[in-house]
Amino acid sequence: MDAITIDRLSVVRGGTPVLHDVSVAVAAGAVTGLLGPSGSGKTTLMRSIVGVQVVRSGAVTVLGQPAGSVSLRARVGYMTQAPSVYLDLTVSENLRYFASVLGATGERVREVIGTVALGGFADRVVGRLSGGQIARVSLATALLNEPQVLVLDEPTVGLDPVLRRELWASFRDLAAAGCTLLVSSHVMDEAAHCDHLVLMRDGRILTAERPSELLLRTGAADLEDAFLRVIEAGPA
Amino acid sequence: MSPRITLATAVRVAAQLRRDPRTIALLLVVPAVLMALLRYVLDGQPETYNRIAAPLLGMFPFIVMFLVTSITMLRERTSGTLERLMTMPLAKLDLLLGYGLAFGLVGAVQATITSLVAFGLLGVHTAASDALVVALAVGNAVLGMSLGLFVSAFAATEFQAVQFMPALVFPQMLLCGLFVPRPRMAPVLQAVSDVLPLTYAFDALSRVTADGRFDTRVAVDLAVTLGVTLLALSLGAGTLRRRSA
Repeated sequence: MDAITIDRLSVVRGGTPVLHDVSVAVAAGAVTGLLGPSGSGKTTLMRSIVGVQVVRSGAVTVLGQPAGSVSLRARVGYMTQAPSVYLDLTVSENLRYFASVLGATGERVREVIGTVALGGFADRVVGRLSGGQIARVSLATALLNEPQVLVLDEPTVGLDPVLRRELWASFRDLAAAGCTLLVSSHVMDEAAHCDHLVLMRDGRILTAERPSELLLRTGAADLEDAFLRVIEAGPA
Repeated sequence: MSPRITLATAVRVAAQLRRDPRTIALLLVVPAVLMALLRYVLDGQPETYNRIAAPLLGMFPFIVMFLVTSITMLRERTSGTLERLMTMPLAKLDLLLGYGLAFGLVGAVQATITSLVAFGLLGVHTAASDALVVALAVGNAVLGMSLGLFVSAFAATEFQAVQFMPALVFPQMLLCGLFVPRPRMAPVLQAVSDVLPLTYAFDALSRVTADGRFDTRVAVDLAVTLGVTLLALSLGAGTLRRRSA
């Protein structure tokens, strides 16, 4: 079962083609890692999935509906790469506002603050927190409505290893509960946490398969090595 | 549209403003100080001061709300929070009306303080009731706010947004009849002022404060002001795009 299907998607931004005829599917109830060097089109692909990107051609279907449909707005969570929260509000003021927009409860606000380990910072103004803490406020916002599809653009950038491991554990819990996650990263060691991997380069999909399959096919010792081999071989 | 989301947005905008006490102080104090300054500039001409001061009560909220709203909305666009909200079940009007409620309230407080100072301390007197003057001043604040929301779409940076004030507000102030009565302007300028919204907002205030009568002309002025406010709000909603390139 696929939660997201992308069929021959092409996107042009500022006169430059960013995605070339991309087709890929994202399995439901699993964690899919979207990996590739910066500038490879990961963010544009994610923007297309949540329906905020103007696309040139192709189709993006999420939970059986065209991406950006009104009925998807309460079912899809999106965390942008740059934290999109109000820096002049406290952590809980931010989350309470987004919760009322999404129809989530105050209880849920407390839960997500706990999930991103910001319990001690609920009443702190976001602009005074560290970069990693601000990113977690942004992540907590994406979790508020218990979305069926969660699109996270580099959620673990700038976080310490302990917190990264905890967050990946909570992504696994979410997937176990049926949520579909698409998580981008350019840190290859995070690929091991994923059920499926999609590797992008220059606006094209190089490969989409399970980590074990990738290792077996390339005969590489680890995923980083496998990626390098795939990149050297060029598009499949 | 959802009253819950509109109200939550208004509360959120107010909370953001509360984090910035210096801006609040400037918003509330500066217009009253300027009214007092004008009083002493025109020390020898009490009649002139009185003729200008009452309509000015509406000009300050108009200018300030234009500026504050265009910059706040621009921040919402550039910080990514607008894009995030656009992926959520929030109607564009929820956002605009939420802003309208919060800043309309600020405009009301500002107009009330400025009017209290003008009527109580500076000896301004008008033919209209004080409450009517304050109500018209709030109307001007809402007009300035809706125009500010609209033009924020055309500014990419805060510098540009600030420049919209001399570009779009000053000509309206020069042509609205505050400095030179409109009948004494060149016909071309009169024709231009006929299509500028501030002309009508000013005309309503100056007529009501001069003779205290709420006649058909004033009703037409108010209808035009309200119409432009709604038009700017809906054009503003049109500039909020769910999808961007």
